[in-house]
Amino acid sequence: MRSGTALAIETTGLVKRFGSNTAVDGVDLAVPTGGVYGVLGPNGAGKTTTIRMLATLLPIDGGSARVLGHDVTKEAETVRGKVSLTGQFASLDEDLTGTENLMLLGRLYGYSRAAARSRCDQLLEAFGLQEAGGRQVKTYSGGMRRRIDIAASIIVTPELIFLDEPTTGLDPRSRNQVWEIVRALVAGGTTVLLTTQYLDEADQLADRIAVIDHGKVIAEGTTGQLKASVGSGALHVRVAEPSRRADAAVTLERTLGVPVSLESDPAALTARIDDPQRVARALATLDDENIAVTTFALGQPSLDEVFLALTGHGAENAETTAATGTFEGTAS
Amino acid sequence: MTDTITTSAQAVGNVLQMPGPRPPRPNALSTSMSFGWRALLKIKHVPEQLFDVTMFPVMFTLMFTFLFGGALAGSTDAYVQFLIPGILVQTVVMITMYTGLTLNKDIEKGVFDRFRSLPIWRPSPLVGALFGDIVRYTIASVIVLILGLILGFRPAGGVVGVVLSVLLLLLFSFSLSWVWTMFAMLMRTEQAVMGVSMFILFPLTFASNIFVDPSTMPGWLQAFVEVNPISHLVTTLRALCEGSFEFGQMSGVLIWCAGFIVVFGPLTMRLYNRKT
Repeated sequence: MRSGTALAIETTGLVKRFGSNTAVDGVDLAVPTGGVYGVLGPNGAGKTTTIRMLATLLPIDGGSARVLGHDVTKEAETVRGKVSLTGQFASLDEDLTGTENLMLLGRLYGYSRAAARSRCDQLLEAFGLQEAGGRQVKTYSGGMRRRIDIAASIIVTPELIFLDEPTTGLDPRSRNQVWEIVRALVAGGTTVLLTTQYLDEADQLADRIAVIDHGKVIAEGTTGQLKASVGSGALHVRVAEPSRRADAAVTLERTLGVPVSLESDPAALTARIDDPQRVARALATLDDENIAVTTFALGQPSLDEVFLALTGHGAENAETTAATGTFEGTAS
Repeated sequence: MTDTITTSAQAVGNVLQMPGPRPPRPNALSTSMSFGWRALLKIKHVPEQLFDVTMFPVMFTLMFTFLFGGALAGSTDAYVQFLIPGILVQTVVMITMYTGLTLNKDIEKGVFDRFRSLPIWRPSPLVGALFGDIVRYTIASVIVLILGLILGFRPAGGVVGVVLSVLLLLLFSFSLSWVWTMFAMLMRTEQAVMGVSMFILFPLTFASNIFVDPSTMPGWLQAFVEVNPISHLVTTLRALCEGSFEFGQMSGVLIWCAGFIVVFGPLTMRLYNRKT
């Protein structure tokens, strides 16, 4: 990995309480410099609170946090000079036009009026917003809003940018645009810390992921590591005749050596497998026994499965519960 | 489709390479002025917010002149000379309440997260908002004075006296506004801020020398009027308008102004920094 490189973010036992509610309950993070670090979790998991503490917006109640080598409490001003935050909700003044917003921020970053104007024009053009520049931000579509939010965050190129759920509520096309922008930021050398509820987003963008639930990091690693932790994959089989499904289940259990579950589709069955090598033999055995198979698929577990396995949210069957047990042994 | 996306990604990559060095950190005055500019832009885009600064002055001046004029001074003409400096204070001081209301609503919006994450002098978003409000207070003052002149107000202190009166009033309002900014940080809803502001402003403006000479009031009330900063301000403004200015009175007002800022400024900032 990137061992040896300076850490962009380092927290130990980070805590934030709101009254009796502990929103962030001892979070340890080690975010390497460069690339995208994903913080994945459901609503209310403590993602936004964590980001707000790291961006010096909220005082921390316990533990410590260093951002780009600076303590967020003692050197808050230095941290603010190096990072940029794009909040979850409108982080611009909705009553002002796009141009006015960027001009205001440009002036606040210390640009002269003329320099702010030219920087503003460059940004509007790069983000495809020249025509919308003169309109009030409240008239923007969701995608335009996210783009101008991000444009506002790079008026002065930050070393680290926090993106809090940047694609929540966007249509697929706008989401792809935001993803492209995130990749461009990384290519330009900025470290991105991104929170998301979407597993495919973390899967697509992030180099490493921390899964947060109830204010705690419940898993951390590369996407590959996280997936591997719930077993190497699953075999989905659909038989031609539903009447032969029970026979197929017996055969598969015998040849694969793992339990097989029956799906609600009367012809489908699924086996969570440890050893993909046995799959070919298992399928051949079905053929030997004259059990016709219409489709079969071998998949890595989706990040969705990983997430459900780790958090237990919505997890109803025994398999995911078992997976939780398996994983906790290896989680930090 | 793919083409446009690719182009935009390249363009974004290009803007990340900033032209020239990072600009120097702007000073406190510059960032506050930028926020003042934001307040003016908001007036431009939402001109309805000038309703209070245009209607309050007209309503107060006409209502109190004709309501009390005959009864208190024998005629509205005579009362206007006494009332206008006071009603000027009453009007503008009442309007300072909206500073708190606006800020309470504004600070709930995501844009304040961005402001607070900028490497700038921390109080500048608030100071800038108050700078913007000074424009509103000035509009209100001008309306009261014009209406007063129409009703027969003839200040012996002339233009200089009147201009100094308005400047002192603006300074006082700026200082008093820190009380409302504190409540704006403290209270959860606009309504709560409004309630507290009214609760403070009504006794402060009515239990003063704005409308009547306090000599007919019971002793305990006179004692309150004596220490009420509004009374000090009104007395000074009357003197400035009459051309009989005393520095002693004015220094009392300035001490109150400094007091408001020194006490409520840091309290506001403390709450602002801890605002969740």
